[in-house]
Amino acid sequence: MHMADALLSAPVGGVMWAATAATTIYCSTKIRQSLDDRKVPLMGVLAAFVFAAQMINFTIPGTGSSGHLGGGLLLAILLGPYAAFLAIASVLVVQALFFADGGLLALGCNIFHMGFIPCFLAYPLIYKKIVGNRPTGGRLLTGSLLAAVIGLQLGAFGVVLETTLSGISELPFSTFLIMMQPIHLAIGIVEGLVTAGIVSFLWKARPEILNLAATDQPLGTLHLKPVLIILVLATIFTGGFLSWYASEHPDGLEWSMFKVTGGKGLAGPNNGVHHTLEGLQEKTALMPEYGFRKSGTADRQEKAASGQLGTSVAGLVGSLLVLFLGLLLGLLLKKRGSTGPGQPHPQA
Amino acid sequence: MSHHIVEVRELKFHYPDLTQALGGISFRISHGESVAVVGANGAGKSTLLQHLNGYLTPSEGQVRIGDYQLTRNTVREVRRTVGMVFQDPDDQLFMSTVGDDVAFGPLNLGLTSEEVTARVDKALATVGVSHLKERPPHRLSAGQKRRVAIASVLSMSPDILVMDEPSAGLDPRARTQLIELLKSFKHTKIIATHDLDMVLDLCERTIVMHDGLVRADGSTMEIFENEELLAASCLEKPLRMQGCPVCRGKG
Amino acid sequence: MSTKIDRAYYDIGRLDTLAAGDTPLHRLDPRAKLLTTMVFIFCVVSCGRYEITRLLPFFLYPAVLIGLGNLPLGYLLKKLLLVSPFVLFIGIFNPWLDRATMLQLGPLALSGGWISFFSLLLRFTLTIGAALLLIATTGFTAICMTLEKLGAPKIFTVQLLLLYRYLFILIEEAIRMMRAHALRSFSPRGRISFRVFPQMLGNLLLRTLDRAQRIHMAMLSRAFNGEIKIVRKFRFGSREVLFLGGFGGLFIVLRFTDVIELLGRLVLGTVTK
Repeated sequence: MHMADALLSAPVGGVMWAATAATTIYCSTKIRQSLDDRKVPLMGVLAAFVFAAQMINFTIPGTGSSGHLGGGLLLAILLGPYAAFLAIASVLVVQALFFADGGLLALGCNIFHMGFIPCFLAYPLIYKKIVGNRPTGGRLLTGSLLAAVIGLQLGAFGVVLETTLSGISELPFSTFLIMMQPIHLAIGIVEGLVTAGIVSFLWKARPEILNLAATDQPLGTLHLKPVLIILVLATIFTGGFLSWYASEHPDGLEWSMFKVTGGKGLAGPNNGVHHTLEGLQEKTALMPEYGFRKSGTADRQEKAASGQLGTSVAGLVGSLLVLFLGLLLGLLLKKRGSTGPGQPHPQA
Repeated sequence: MSHHIVEVRELKFHYPDLTQALGGISFRISHGESVAVVGANGAGKSTLLQHLNGYLTPSEGQVRIGDYQLTRNTVREVRRTVGMVFQDPDDQLFMSTVGDDVAFGPLNLGLTSEEVTARVDKALATVGVSHLKERPPHRLSAGQKRRVAIASVLSMSPDILVMDEPSAGLDPRARTQLIELLKSFKHTKIIATHDLDMVLDLCERTIVMHDGLVRADGSTMEIFENEELLAASCLEKPLRMQGCPVCRGKG
Repeated sequence: MSTKIDRAYYDIGRLDTLAAGDTPLHRLDPRAKLLTTMVFIFCVVSCGRYEITRLLPFFLYPAVLIGLGNLPLGYLLKKLLLVSPFVLFIGIFNPWLDRATMLQLGPLALSGGWISFFSLLLRFTLTIGAALLLIATTGFTAICMTLEKLGAPKIFTVQLLLLYRYLFILIEEAIRMMRAHALRSFSPRGRISFRVFPQMLGNLLLRTLDRAQRIHMAMLSRAFNGEIKIVRKFRFGSREVLFLGGFGGLFIVLRFTDVIELLGRLVLGTVTK
């Protein structure tokens, strides 16, 4: 699902755009350094391929509905992370302009979800680890499925996070997450299966193509990887835990919702789900001076059940943001001092 | 003038999987000549052409373009001299406007932007598409694309023009216009084609290829009247030499 | 029966044609238009969630652009409608969740939820409209050149141009492939099965990779040495300064002053006197 300008606030949009811009500059530099001028036409044409492919619908067996290829993971497998990021970014730019998908400010978020996450998280940390250099049979299927599913879950998480932090929509974090997650799980499974199908087709027809990307190394230093793996797992666990919690304890959710719909004559926009989020905001103390919540003081009592939720989510949110920004800062600084140790130059 | 001579000596080429594509080709083409390379599909025409601008490197043998023996070091110089036009113009027009495509070559040669503009305008005028300078390639007709592709090569001022199936896919009028255009060029021309009637119009010399070897190399008319040779090379006479289809009389 | 891909092909072509129009607005330097659009979006998005009157004057910009640029309003509105479902779906929770009355207009009590929902709709229309108007008056190629001039990495902007160039060709190939499939399949609407799809795409992909290699060969034949150079002259003159300065300034003023409320007070003030 694409993030939309209408749901976005200026600071959140700005931060995501900064992250995307930094990644774009980083990838461009890396490609320039790699001296493989074959990549130039290849990136352009493969991006066009993915763009066209996204418009071909196929039927999903069992359900009546149709699906289409996202293509992020496939591009990462074919081109390597840097070129794939630029390719995906360019596809999203065209979609934002011509199909009005989301908007120009949300473009930063969308490129991050559909570009950074597949190319720098799902592909190197999951797919490559499982599949390595021989994409056949069970390993390909497992690698594809896991990479696609986790990548999409993270992306969905991103959308929910940005929407909640922006504060234009009233949807509480947990509700939105519950809505998004199962859908994206299904989309992820389909994407993984289709990607595996295409890669297996290619491997049988022309195995040398898949080696084009194999030499690229996404992250120079090794010690970041375990951290990221842990982070990814933590995200899934927490995200999954949230859904489970919300579904096992419908009271928690319904209760706050019905507090509102019951309408016990509380005046002002202070009641109901508002202060679940207020609790969140106060607990995270994340940019409190921006005043995302325009509503007034909170009713402390009603925070009891939602407080726990608020804490764990707040903690995760805070650490995620800090980690991402830190990672980007690290990558940027590394780009400057590119003659540092442990930086393999990919031979294409 | 030696810089216009194309000389190929015992050129052999095989693919990475060791299939032999060219089994030992030799010929010499002098300045200003117009030579056709004909043969059935798979005879090796395109492979031969790709050696002429250094895209492929011979497995054995030599290619000499003008003063330069074709090696990895001389490839850049060779590409200034040899302008290659490919089968599918969509592969060749990869920029967003006609003007950008025609400017691509000169810009790579390091010319100033005034010189580039001058060359672009001249090339567009030569092929008659000046009015299409700002047009994106996907809005061109097949004939226009073909002409722009030629212009994109002309702007580099090559001495030798190498073309792969230039008349393929063109409607009759576009084809006639193309032939007229090519006739007006003074460059050395090497044209690989199935269009034997065009060969009659444009090329006084023809090289016949079959199974990666040269079967004949001589005057176009003589070759096209040699029915045995044509049959052995899986070719036929040009349509206008095949006699009247109505009365079935001999040519 | 038109499928998604046929519609997309038509859509891009239509916007492409609109962008090639010849009005003073179209002739303006693309940098002015891009920067003004960004200021516009930023100002709209930064308004608070309950703002309605503050957002309304912003509609001046799209109105002016549509007028000056001679653009088809119906077509643009239709496109807007097509992408509205997701936003509407999320937005409609607002009135449901936020029911406390915020505004009393005589007998009508509007809850905060409804106000924020309307505000959301306004933001949607304004932001998406701005993006569409940008592409319809500037054209994709010009936008890419502008990005480069504004500092985006060259490799990325070249990549955008190549994508745009080969978009049409790839879509055409995909359409041909789907038609061939539809003619041989016996399902009622030529639906592509889950089993066949990866193979179709695999084939298309192989052909695409071959094409990429041929393009590379063509580039090398014209002395390509790794970097695609483009020469473009842009002129940022007085008209552009006026456009960017005028509209940009207006948006900032609108962001910080609730003009409609001001007008209302003024009128009420003079009336009650």
